[in-house]
Amino acid sequence: MQNVLNGIPLWWYLVVSSALFCIGLYGTLARKNAIALLMGVELMLNAANINLIAFWRYLAPASSGGLAFAAFVLVVAAAEAAVGLALVISVYRATRSIDPEKLDKMKL
Amino acid sequence: MSHESITTLLWLAPLPPLLAFAVIALFTNRYRQTSSTIAVLSMVASLVMSFVVFFNVWQMKDLGKKPIGGQIGWLPTGETVLNIGVVVDPLGATFLFMVPLACTLIFIYSVGYMSADPRYTRFFAYLSLFAGSMMGLVVSDNLLTLFIFWELMGFCSYSLIGFFYQKPSAYKAAVKAFMTTRVGDMLLLLGMVYLYAQTGTLNFHEILRNEEVLKSLAAAPAVLGLGISAAGLIAILIFGGTVGKSAQWPLHVWLPDAMEGPTPVSAMIHAATMVSAGIFMLLRFFPLLVASGEHGTAFTLVGLIGAFTAFLGATIAVAQYDIKRVLAFSTISQLGFMVAAVGIGAYVAAAFHLLTHAFFKALLFLASGSVIHGVEHGHHHVSHHGHSGHAGHSEHEHDAHDGHGHHGDHPHHDDDQAGHAFDPQDMRNMGGLRHRMPVTFATFLIGGLALAGFPFITAGFWSKDEIFADAYYHGLVKGDGLATLVFVVLVLSALMTAFYTMRQIAMTFLGQPRSEAAAHASESVPSMTFPLIVLSVFALFIGFINIPKDFPVFGALVGDGAYWLKNFIASMLLEKPEPLAFNPVPVLFSIGVALGGLALGWYVYARNPLQAGQTDPVEKLPVFNFLANRWYWDELYRKIFVNPLQAIADNYSRVVDKNVIDRILEGGYALGARVTRGFAEFDRVVITGFSDAMGRLFRGLGDWGRELQTGQVQSYLLSGLVMVIAILVFFLFLFQ
Repeated sequence: MQNVLNGIPLWWYLVVSSALFCIGLYGTLARKNAIALLMGVELMLNAANINLIAFWRYLAPASSGGLAFAAFVLVVAAAEAAVGLALVISVYRATRSIDPEKLDKMKL
Repeated sequence: MSHESITTLLWLAPLPPLLAFAVIALFTNRYRQTSSTIAVLSMVASLVMSFVVFFNVWQMKDLGKKPIGGQIGWLPTGETVLNIGVVVDPLGATFLFMVPLACTLIFIYSVGYMSADPRYTRFFAYLSLFAGSMMGLVVSDNLLTLFIFWELMGFCSYSLIGFFYQKPSAYKAAVKAFMTTRVGDMLLLLGMVYLYAQTGTLNFHEILRNEEVLKSLAAAPAVLGLGISAAGLIAILIFGGTVGKSAQWPLHVWLPDAMEGPTPVSAMIHAATMVSAGIFMLLRFFPLLVASGEHGTAFTLVGLIGAFTAFLGATIAVAQYDIKRVLAFSTISQLGFMVAAVGIGAYVAAAFHLLTHAFFKALLFLASGSVIHGVEHGHHHVSHHGHSGHAGHSEHEHDAHDGHGHHGDHPHHDDDQAGHAFDPQDMRNMGGLRHRMPVTFATFLIGGLALAGFPFITAGFWSKDEIFADAYYHGLVKGDGLATLVFVVLVLSALMTAFYTMRQIAMTFLGQPRSEAAAHASESVPSMTFPLIVLSVFALFIGFINIPKDFPVFGALVGDGAYWLKNFIASMLLEKPEPLAFNPVPVLFSIGVALGGLALGWYVYARNPLQAGQTDPVEKLPVFNFLANRWYWDELYRKIFVNPLQAIADNYSRVVDKNVIDRILEGGYALGARVTRGFAEFDRVVITGFSDAMGRLFRGLGDWGRELQTGQVQSYLLSGLVMVIAILVFFLFLFQ
């Protein structure tokens, strides 16, 4: 474990998480499917989680703050996924479509 | 009762009538009964509060040294604060007794007297405002608020003198009263400004009971190198206010004309309260007079003007026929007595006479109002029936016409059979009224005897005697020239006072009626006779508050009550005046002139009462025209002041106004029009253009913003991303 830490610098994790975040962001902004949009959101949340864990492990392993935050994010992400999927289903029932570009009901 | 409660009552005492004024003027001016009830009740409330204060303090020995009162900061003037407050000291306390009592009685009287007037509620509104101002003046602890209330009273006086404004003589009299007193008020204002400049305060207690302040005022030379001390100049300027308000020569001319107002107004404002306010203020500033020197210019001026006015008023009153004008000149004369008393340092005597005079003169005015009322009714009765009725007319028929409207001081009707206007105030039209108006006669007689100074049983005797005693002591015993002169002049004036009083009583009430109106006169309603009876009790007995201890019989009779007033209010002064030893000479003079004048009047007028058409014996006097025309002061003032001013005004309006001012105004107008057009152009191009541009800008922004609101969640997210990137760029790169 110590070796691994020594061998892999922090910025590798950051690169991975950044890549993951960008993929998630792209998915959220560009996909034509609401479920894929939700998946993009999950990816971004997990990128943030990688960051939290990495920073915790490398910079402040003594405290449990990083772990706690990561756990919170997981729980929130699960709740968000549940709510998001429920929304998608009800939107599909109402409009027979889950293409976010066709949903402009939020316009006042 | 604690001092705090007394102070609270002092703050509250002037308020009910002032509130009544507001309520009547704003809300109830359509309801006659309600308005007069509100006015009377407010005055009674004020009376109760004042009496509570008076009966709590009247036995305090050191009230003069430690007056009770309170202050609040009112006007912050830079680093200092001008405080205003209320205070009751012995002088104020005696006024807190007299003023609300007289006002209440006159309010009650007015309910009956004005009952037929169409502007009844307006009358009570003004009367309330006046009474509130007078109460405020009495409780004021500084010259500034005193002056404010003083001016308020001046305004009420103006409005009430001109109350019958459809009569030209009434509004002219109102303007005359206002303008004439304004001269005095201007002097008073100057005195006040000078006093504040010298001492930095206007509080009575801080100035007048503070020896250091008085000394420094006496030591400082007056401005302009007048050769007198600042104290003297301030005292003279303040006395100027008294001269205006208390109708002293040379500003006395307004008071006789002020009789154009309704009679209750004459009684209240022009006999009992407002004209006393001038003397009241002079008495307040007595320590300043003392500081300016015992025989200084200020004292001499006050004494001379007072004595001259007393004489002037008494002589003119002899030759008047209008029942109210006789009383008006008598008031001028009696106020002159008080001013002269102040001038010789007789502080207590002046205050005493002020107090007794307020009661018996208010009584005389109200009784004369009752007479006018009665005669006016008689006149209506006669002219209504259009026949020459006689004294034996049935009483029943008479009563039936009691309800007839107009009376008193209204414009005279010119439907008189003789073809000329009937004057119900002219004593030549009266006579024999004692049978028709017994209550009025009895009370008028009491008031008249008090005015004449009938010995022992009237208040006027005691107060006038007090003045004589002081003047005699300072003049003929101590050898002071001014006091000697004052004594001689006042004795002569008192003789004439007794004479014209008897003349008035005889011409009005004795003998046979000299006109149909007088023959059909009727007694007034109870709301008018009740105040007369109450006032006549005071006119008889108020004198017993200040009987000299060693006066034969009476001094022993009152025992410890002797010199109550003197002991009470003399504590106002820094040096308590020593009581004068009893001296029979001035008392004999006092009795002699009173009885002598009355006897002379009796001899001339009552022995052989005037018959209808007979000329008055005084017209045989070589100076009659001079006296009847009031020494021609009005004509003189008209020549010296009014005509030149009017000429100047006329010329000014013709020459300066038309040629210069109008040109300037027209030029200004043209210029203004041009400038305005320029502004209009500016407005159109710049202001309107700018606002239009702003409108367009925000409209554009709005359009752009609207396009962002696609309603699509992904575009919102995109704009969120753009914002985040923008904030990141700002904080990471630009904000370093």
